Amino acid sequence: MAKVPVQFTLNGAEKAEFIDSGTTLLHALRDKIGDTSPKGGCHQGTCGACTVIIDGELRLSCLTLAETCNGAAVTTTSGLSEGGVLHSLQRAFLDAFATQCGFCTPGMIMAAKVLLDHTPNPSREDVVEALSGNICRCTGYEPIIQAVLTAARSNSQNAV
Amino acid sequence: MALALQTFPTVEDAGAALKAAGTRYLGGGTLVVRAANEGDVSISGFIRSTEPALSIIRISGGEVRIGASVTMAAIARHPDLAPLAHAARAVGGPAIRNMATVGGNLFAPTPYGDFTVALLALDATVTTDYGELPIETFLAKRESNHAIVTAVGFTLPKEGGFRFLKQSRVKPKGVAVLSIATVLEQAQDGTVTSARIALGCMADRPIRARAAEKALIGRKLTADGIAPALAVAHDGTSPPTDPIASAWYRNEVLPVHLGRLLLA
Amino acid sequence: MELRKSYFADQRKDDLHEIGQPRPRSDSPGHVTGKTTYFADRNFPGMLHLKMVRSPHHHARIRSIDTSEAEKHPGVVKVLTAKDVPHNVYTILILIQIGPEDETVLADGKVRWKGEAVVAVLAETERAAQEAAAKVKVDYEVLPAVFDMEEALKPDAPIVNEYHGRNYYLYDSGECRKVRFGDVEAGFATADHVLEQTYQSSPIEHAPTETTGCIVAPEGNDRFTCYTNTQAMFFTLDNASIILQMPGNKLHFVGGTVGGGFGGKVDVIVEPIAILGAKLTGRPVCFVYSREEEMQISSPRAAEKVVIKDGVMNDGRIVARKVTGYTDAGAYSRHSPYGAQKGAGHYPGPYTIPNVWIDTYCVYTNRTPSSAMRGFGVTIGDFALEVQMDKLARLIGMDPLEFRFINAYRDGDMKAHRQPTEGAALIECMQEASRAANWPVAEKFMTMSSYAKGA
Repeated sequence: MAKVPVQFTLNGAEKAEFIDSGTTLLHALRDKIGDTSPKGGCHQGTCGACTVIIDGELRLSCLTLAETCNGAAVTTTSGLSEGGVLHSLQRAFLDAFATQCGFCTPGMIMAAKVLLDHTPNPSREDVVEALSGNICRCTGYEPIIQAVLTAARSNSQNAV
Repeated sequence: MALALQTFPTVEDAGAALKAAGTRYLGGGTLVVRAANEGDVSISGFIRSTEPALSIIRISGGEVRIGASVTMAAIARHPDLAPLAHAARAVGGPAIRNMATVGGNLFAPTPYGDFTVALLALDATVTTDYGELPIETFLAKRESNHAIVTAVGFTLPKEGGFRFLKQSRVKPKGVAVLSIATVLEQAQDGTVTSARIALGCMADRPIRARAAEKALIGRKLTADGIAPALAVAHDGTSPPTDPIASAWYRNEVLPVHLGRLLLA
Repeated sequence: MELRKSYFADQRKDDLHEIGQPRPRSDSPGHVTGKTTYFADRNFPGMLHLKMVRSPHHHARIRSIDTSEAEKHPGVVKVLTAKDVPHNVYTILILIQIGPEDETVLADGKVRWKGEAVVAVLAETERAAQEAAAKVKVDYEVLPAVFDMEEALKPDAPIVNEYHGRNYYLYDSGECRKVRFGDVEAGFATADHVLEQTYQSSPIEHAPTETTGCIVAPEGNDRFTCYTNTQAMFFTLDNASIILQMPGNKLHFVGGTVGGGFGGKVDVIVEPIAILGAKLTGRPVCFVYSREEEMQISSPRAAEKVVIKDGVMNDGRIVARKVTGYTDAGAYSRHSPYGAQKGAGHYPGPYTIPNVWIDTYCVYTNRTPSSAMRGFGVTIGDFALEVQMDKLARLIGMDPLEFRFINAYRDGDMKAHRQPTEGAALIECMQEASRAANWPVAEKFMTMSSYAKGA
């Protein structure tokens, strides 16, 4: 089977792999590179569990072919904490009981991060819209929305 | 067979490669990668082109040309396409909108393809590597057409002339029960002088509601004025029964939503 | 969070350090950093992928199965059919002596629902397994199917499951689970009003974000480690042991981390066949449902039909309640005989009624086998009961909440199953609900107590 090279940065670190052509970014991250923080929930673009950030934009890694990411900067939830210190979103999700089974959490945090990167002080409607591609089946949406709003407030307080 | 991806710098080369059996053109991946993931073994390879023109939005003198690879997110944030932003944002969630392309949306089977409903009401022209087609002609034979869509073109409607509605069970993002787009022109006194009404989820692909269009001409957008149009709204429809809604339900609510859109 | 400590204050010590205090979840740090290890977050060299060939028919006889083309497909390592499974006919509740064994791991001679597993294909890649699965040829003779419980119970209905020989589960109590308390007909005769209503529900899919699956790794010493997202670890281990005719000490199950279950991951479906694949190939095997399989193949909550007939007095007392419940098990038992039995145990609801008659049936149809889901056997029944309570209150012109106070069970009341009520708290819950919802009721109800009779 013909292998193709892929090279991109993952959470700031250079990654280079030979993969089967046609491999999704989700499989490349999980099976080749070993970052299992993006989850495969539907492989249809419906659940959002595989959500990652590519060059600052929210993407679904299950529908993105890895070889189309050459040269890109890929961010996943596993790369958010620095030196053991949780990112403000991770801290807020933890404090707000915004996780139950945890399977949707990495995707939720990715979607929330892109929102706060562009809209530091979002309204509740902004948060709901930003998370609208991510499904939580444990019905934990309310604590998740509150966690994102809390993270935004703590970010702006720290910025002062 | 592995699902190899072949990338070509020109549409022409991609078009030649697409003649091979089992190949599918890869836009944003939200349809064809999904199908491959679900085990559609009729797909044996992905073809794409990186020709720059595919990603360009060009607007001059009210004429719009959107490259086939332009995403819903790019349309939604383009200042000169503000009247259409609402329709582009109706597609998927934020991540899907960063991936789903205008070209791909033309191929989305019911209940998907909300933006195509808007394009149908705009009476768009679809440009492929084989030439230009009116959108209605294109949609009628989109499955058998192995051409690559390169762009869509349309005239920007007059201010307030374009209306769009998507009805879903889950808010803010959900699969459509139905979607409706209209492009209306009115005389000074409010009388409708021309009308195009496009319906999504009322057949296996977006369709025009010609009887309703005809019944609107010469009428005003009042409850009485639109009543004849609503009465014939489901002329020619054959909506599907799917997990979102039954055919019966779609036909029942169509005049309700069309009425709300026209009176908005 | 707010705790209303005024209720049952004399029954509780209030010097507890843990109970009533919020504590951080121990699993959250893993969840927010993406480090929690779900079953699929493992990657073994040489791992095979299992894909299932499934029945396209609701009910059919299998004339023949031809796997020769599939076996020749590049990347295919093994193709499994019924004859490869050591103990192919099983039922999960056999562990608690609820038989008969009525379900096949891989279909043998017949399929009884659309989507039933027929042939398992193991290949180097998911894609190769999918392609090979498409090459398996199964010759079916389609049989008449039955999808409706009432149709299934008619004498001339096609028999869904020959292991039962009839389209309902035969309990030791007969064709249904029964509760008899007082004289229900005498109760109806004395009632001011009698109201009979029928309630129905459709199957409900749990749709967990993580689909059902497992990865099995052979350990090289005849032992197999099964990484699974089952909600019923030891239940699955014991059933796998029976199906594979393999002592339990050869099986090591690792799990407990589940990406959403809600009862949908208590059936023993993916693990035995994956372990068998690992055993016969000597290689790690991954069997995980696609989203489509999760929605179409995994057990939903059963469809139910509930007929409630009540006799009620103008002063609000319910004097007789007769309930007939039907649980649609689909083609196989799984947990449904238990679900229907639970329904019998749950009716007549949290109310003290002197005359009660309950029959609950577990019915077989050619639909996707149903099973556990959050309060199965109870939830749909509660919906029916509480809608019925509102209708009864309306019938006699009484406030629906006050109507419930009048009938609420309290400590010492004899329940229809002849268990005296203990530890009831319905009165207090309704008092608090009345305050929280600003739905006032007469003062006499606000001073009632679940355990101090006469108060």
